[in-house]
Formats: sequence, structure tokens, C-alpha cells
Amino acid sequence: MSTKVSSPLPGKPQPGNTPAGTGTAAVSGKPVTWRTPVLLTAFGLIALVFFGLMAPNQTASFGISTGEDFFQLPALEVNAFAAGIVLSVLLLGLAAYAVYLKSQNRPAPGWLTVSFIVLFVAAFLIWVVGGARTPSISLAGLIAGSVTLAVPLVFGSLSGVLCERVGVVNIAIEGQLLGGAFTAAIVASMTQNPFIGLLAAAVAGAVVSMVLALFSIKYLVNQIIVGVVLNVLVSGVTGFLFSTVMQANKAQFNSPPGLDIIEIPVLSSIPIIGPILFRQSLVGYLMYVAVLVVWVGLFKTRWGLRVRAVGEHPQAADTLGINVNATRFWNVTLGGAVAGIGGSFFTLVAIDSFTKEISGGRGFIALAALIFGRWNPIGAFFAALLFGFADNLQSIVTIIGTPVPSQFMAMLPYLVTVLAVAGLVGRSRGPAASGIPYVKG
Amino acid sequence: MSDKHPPKHAAGEHSGKAHEATPAAEETAAVVSVDTAGGAMEPSAVPATAQSGQLPGGPDTLLRKIFTGSGMVSVLAVLLALVIGGLLIASTDKQVATTSTYLFARPSDFLSAVWNAATRSYIALFQGSVFNPRGNSVAAQFAPFMETLTIATPLITAGLGVALAFRAGLFNIGAQGQIIVAGILAAWVGFALHLPLGLHLLLVLVAGIIGGAFWGGLVGLLKARTGAHEVILTIMFNYIALYFLRYLLNTPAFQRPGETNPISPILDPTAVYPQIFGTQYRLHLGFLLAIAATVLVWWLLNRSTVGFEFRAVGANPKAAQTAGINVSRSTVLVMAIAGGLAGMSGVAQVAGTEKVLTDGVAATYGFDAITVALLGRSTPWGTFAAGLLFGAFRAGAVQMQIQTGTPIDIVLVVQSLIVLFIAAPPLVRAVFGLNPRRKKPARAAKSRQAATTGGAA
Repeated sequence: MSTKVSSPLPGKPQPGNTPAGTGTAAVSGKPVTWRTPVLLTAFGLIALVFFGLMAPNQTASFGISTGEDFFQLPALEVNAFAAGIVLSVLLLGLAAYAVYLKSQNRPAPGWLTVSFIVLFVAAFLIWVVGGARTPSISLAGLIAGSVTLAVPLVFGSLSGVLCERVGVVNIAIEGQLLGGAFTAAIVASMTQNPFIGLLAAAVAGAVVSMVLALFSIKYLVNQIIVGVVLNVLVSGVTGFLFSTVMQANKAQFNSPPGLDIIEIPVLSSIPIIGPILFRQSLVGYLMYVAVLVVWVGLFKTRWGLRVRAVGEHPQAADTLGINVNATRFWNVTLGGAVAGIGGSFFTLVAIDSFTKEISGGRGFIALAALIFGRWNPIGAFFAALLFGFADNLQSIVTIIGTPVPSQFMAMLPYLVTVLAVAGLVGRSRGPAASGIPYVKG
Repeated sequence: MSDKHPPKHAAGEHSGKAHEATPAAEETAAVVSVDTAGGAMEPSAVPATAQSGQLPGGPDTLLRKIFTGSGMVSVLAVLLALVIGGLLIASTDKQVATTSTYLFARPSDFLSAVWNAATRSYIALFQGSVFNPRGNSVAAQFAPFMETLTIATPLITAGLGVALAFRAGLFNIGAQGQIIVAGILAAWVGFALHLPLGLHLLLVLVAGIIGGAFWGGLVGLLKARTGAHEVILTIMFNYIALYFLRYLLNTPAFQRPGETNPISPILDPTAVYPQIFGTQYRLHLGFLLAIAATVLVWWLLNRSTVGFEFRAVGANPKAAQTAGINVSRSTVLVMAIAGGLAGMSGVAQVAGTEKVLTDGVAATYGFDAITVALLGRSTPWGTFAAGLLFGAFRAGAVQMQIQTGTPIDIVLVVQSLIVLFIAAPPLVRAVFGLNPRRKKPARAAKSRQAATTGGAA
């Protein structure tokens, strides 16, 4: 196991199969491992056996249009058996290409893995729906629901990106989400104004983050320890205040007015993308803005360059006159504010009151999305969407009655993450100095 | 492995941690993990203090030694956490709220209300965890203490698992999942097989330990083979184990016949731990096994070759590698042993306290185990003591909620604050005014200036 992996430049899109990419691999003498081709082949075979050969000869129907669209598209109907065979053959083709590349000592490019995942998910979906009692689901609803479920995950993983890029591991995303959800609920209830609640959620997330920053930067306490403990602390404080304050006077403290769904006229009636992009709550729109702003900020501005320098090589950054610890402190605080906004989604958009542990471990899935998305805002966004998709699919397949137990569907995001960190999507490496406190001298 | 740096780089600057070499580094700098991994393994997630169980820094006088030593910091940290928890309790108390309306007219009322609110809860906590003077008999008076020991049992063994992994430089957040997998196997052996007395219980114990060891060892194997970070792996494995348990509890093999709830059959009488002090207390054999496990871990860490290797890997994987220690093997082994210890907690739950398998088998013991290990500074006996303390909190909190209406969640707050404070000795000493006064104004001014300029940049 060598650590001298020629990892792509952070933030740059995967160089893939460009001559430069292969060139670095050759220069650093890094052997291309068999891991990716072998894993792809294995999953291709699984797809062939389960989704292809063992698929029921039933037609799966995917509704595309909803009643609100301004033109209707016919539902997509495919034969589960035929589609399974075709898709799994395509998957095996991709795997074979990866094997061929390996034999040339070239790594599998990023697009190959991504398209493999997309095709695999499609094959899986057709198989699940085809085997259901009622083999018909609304694709539009499935995707729109996935985006909705992904909103807190996206904010959480953006928080992770902001913190880890500057060299602080943020395990406290869960606590930031929970703190945001609680504060949004209580402040919005007291002021009867959801926008003030949203603002308060950001402040609450930032406060949790400041504790993380204070302990990990000033007192040099291990960042993972602080994160783990902060999750417990926030869970305890919010649980305590929920039982004592909110339960005692629900009307005054736990009935926040919600943020309404804002529909953009005309655009929101476009099939599929309409509901995703133009029929969202304020938090949902903020999500898209945040992803873009963080991406542009990190990779196109001077601030972002400094942040990444601090996260990759704090000593070099210090030598160039960047104040490492101050940069870390404010970035971590900003990350907390972002996660806090994500937390407000639970109490201002999804449900209209706070309950204990309302974030339900989503902070950890956001952490997984961050890694799966390779510490890149855009990547984290799509990873979070994938996890939101799995989450939504889980509830849908329970309704339509498939042979797959819902517990296994619920398990999927975690299994996928294990595969991801174990190297399916290439070696995922975080910022070099992430988790290491910086002491000048 | 293949890191072939020229010798001049050996000081560790390639990993951006050259500050270690500087003797002028602050006392706090020593808290930074001393392991310059840089090699095949991830840098240790665990700070040096957690690994060595000692506090760095050079106290000069005996008095200072007593007041700034690690033991004193621990006591003060607990005190500080209790005070903050008490303030939180008081802040939601009705009496405090009413007296605060005429705070400036009669501040004494307000202060006594605050004092009463906090102490009432803590007295209830004490009575629920150690000694209840209102019990009818001596046996009843000590019943709370027995309950504390019962709850401490899984905390101690799982805490030992986390602590052992800490010492080897691994951050094992996976005790929760390891308890669950152990619980699954142990419970299945307990209710599905029907074996003679003695053998059955032994098999239950072995099955649980193997289950935990498998789940922990799998993480170790993945880390050793692929370099994946164990924190992420263990978090994910916790969820996988939980959903797998939920699935099993809905299958005929695990669901109690004639029951629609996800609950397993009751374990055979031959498969459960005997109660140590008779049937009036829930305290079971598992507690004695937890003591045995503590001794075993102490021996393993301090007296055995394997334990030395673990500590060497924890202190500096690269140096350990150079010295001929097989780091990968150590990683797998330490995670398997840690999992096995957490597995004992699973057995204590299904064969001792609960006697059935539900999806709440691990409760929050796996996560509490992390705080237990941190509080115990990753030493076996420290973990044991911390397990007792948190067991007392848990047991007492139930009584506290019944008597005073203070929610159990306050225990989470106090626990997490204790760990936070213990991890930051300078903070605790600053709060109690015990910090050595050197260079402090200069540093503070510098950092303030830094904050303003750096933030704007």
C-alpha cells in the first residue's frame, strides 16, 4: 500500500484518461490495482444474475409526468427481464473495458465508474419495480422526493467540505443539523416568523462549530473526539430542552410556521426537472445556491485557494503569510452555519415541529456523501442525491411491495459508503492536513 | 512498504508535522499526536494523551503537581460538568423562573431556588445510583448500587474495547455495531439451541465474542487492506448491523412465535448469566466477567508482546513498521479483540439484563463506551472506573426523572461535558485559575490580532 497515490488535483474534475493522468501515474510508478476492474466485474455479474436472469418477466412502468405538468409524457414501460439483460451486458462491457485498461496499466477513468453506477442503479430500479406487486411507480415523484430528502444531506456535506478542506475533520455534522433544527423550531415558534428561525438555525450551527473549532484549534483536542462528543452534547441539550420547555408549552415553543413551497410559474410545470428545480422551499433553493457558491468559492477565488492551501499544507500556507488557525476557525464556523440551515429543513419544511433526534443520523450520511463525493461540493451534492434517492426508494418499495426487505434498502447507503471508502470509486483521499492540528513553530 | 523518502526527509516534514521536532513547542504541542504516520497507515486518530494515559507538561512543585495533575483535572472536569448541568436544570425550573421576576428585589430567593433545583436533581441521582436511605431494608438501600453495577457492566467491556483500539491508534466508533452482531449470535445460540447447563452459557458467550470480533475484525481488515478510515467504516458498520438486526427480527428464525413485534424468543434458562446476589438484584455474572476482562486487557497491554506491538503501532506506525512489527496484522488483531470485548457487552445484554433480543439491544452503550474510554484515559482500570461512574449516571437518571421530573437527557449533557473538559486540561485549569502564568498576555494578544486579520483575508 503506497501513500504516494497520484491523486487528482483537488477540485479539478477527474483528469480521467488524459495523457497527463497516465503520465503522472507512470512517473510516480504507482501500479494500477486490480481492485476497480475486479469490483466492477463482480457487480456486473451480480447484475446479470439477479437483475437479468432472475428478473420476472413483467413490465415495469415508470410514470414521468405529474398532473401539474403543462404537457404530458407517456409513462415509460419496460420489460424487466429484457431491460435487466441489456443493462447487465452493458455493465459487463464497462467492466471488461476496465480490465482492458488495467492490462495496459492504465487506471479506470472517472466517467467509467460514474456511468457504471448510473446503469447499475437503473438496472436495480427496474428489477425492484418489476418484481413488485404493483409494478408501477412515478419516476417524477421518486426523483422529486429524493431531492427533498437530500436537502439536509447536501447542507451537511457542504459543511463537511468547508471544514475538511481547511483541515478540520467535522464529525459534528449531526450535532449541527440537530442544533439547527431545534433552534429553527423554537425561534420560529416564538417569533412566528420562519425567516428569523432560518437565521437562528444558521447561528446555532455556527455556535456548535465554534465549540468544535475552539477545542480543536486552541486546545488541540483531537477533532474526532470533539466531534463525537459534540453530537452527544447537542443531542442531550436539545433533548433536555425539548422535554422541559417544548413539551410544557407546545403552542408557544414548538409550533413553528413552515416555509412555504415557492413555485416559479411556467418553469415549475416542466416534467421531471420542474418540481426538482422550480418547486422548492426557500431552503431547497438555498441548497442549489450554496452548492454553487461553495464550489466557485473554493476553486475560483483567492479565498478558496487559501482555504485549500491551509487544508493541504498548513506549513506552506503559513510561510506565505496566511494565518492558518484563524482561517480554520472562520471556515469551520461558516461550515456550521451551512449545516444549521440544513437542519432548519427538518422543522421548517419537512415536519412542523421538533422531536428528539429529529436528524436521525443524517449527519453521518452527510459525512459519507462528503467522502463519496471526494471532498468536492458538486460531488458531495450528487452523492447526497444518491443517498436521498436510496432513502426515498426505501419508503416507495415498501408501499409497492417488493421482494427486497425494506431494511436492506435502508442499509444501502451505508454499504455503498463502505465500498466507496474501500476504494471502488478510486482511492478517496481527503485534504492532506485534515485532522491534524497546526502548531506554529 | 514503498515509502522511500531520502533520509533528509525522515524528520517527518513531508507530512507537515515538523513542529514536533521543535523543542520550543508549547506544552500543549505535546498533546498533538506524536505519531508521524505518513506511511501506509493513516495518522493515528487518537491523541498522545489518550494513548499514554498521561498528561504532558512539567509541573514543578508538589503542590502544583497535585492541583494540575491528571487526576485533579479529571475531578475538576467532573465538577465543572456537574455545575453546568445544574445550571441547565435550574434554567428550566419553575421556581427559578418565578423568583427571577423579582431578582433584584430579593436575589437570595433566586439563588436558593437555583441551588435547590440543581441539588434536588443531583440528590435524586445519587439516591438512584448509590444509596437510597429511604429503603425498607439494607438490601433495598443498596439496590441502587447493584443497579449501577448492572448498567456499568456493558459500559465497561465495550469501553475496554474502545480503549484498547485507542491505544493502538485506532478510533473505534463501532462498539454499537459490534454489540449488535454479538447480541444476534449470542441470542440465537441462547434460544435456538437447547444444551445442558454450563455448556450452553459458555457457547452463548463464545458466540457473542466471535460475533463482535468478526464485526470489529472486518473493519480492521478493510483498513489494513484498503487504507479506508476506520471512523467512517465503523459508523457505517453500526448502521449496517442495526438494519440487519431489524431485518432478522422480522424473519421466522428470530421472531418470537405468535408475536408481531420485532422481538426474539426468551433465552433458555441454561443460557443466561446467573444472578450474583440472588434474584432480588439484576446484577449478573457478566459483571465479574467484566472485571476479568479488565484484568485481561491490563495484562495484554502492559505485559504481553502483542500489547507492546499495539502500543508501538499506536504511538508511531512507521517506526513500528521499521522495527519489524506487522502493522496490518496488528490493526486487524486489535480491532478483532476490541470487537470481542464489545461482544461481551452484547452477551451481557441478551444473556444478563434483557434475556431477549430486540432492536434496542445495544441501547446507546456503544456510543457511551467512547466517552467511557476517553474519561478513563484509555487505561484498563481508568475505563473500569469511568464505566462505573457512567453506570451510576444512567441508573440514577431514571430515579431522577421519576422523582424530580428532570429528563434523562441531562446525563448526556453532563457526560459529554466531562469528556470535553477532560480532553482540554488547559481549559479546566484556566476556569479554576490553576494555569501557570507565563507568556499568556502576549499570546492572547497575538491570537486576537490573528483572528481579525486572518478572518478578513
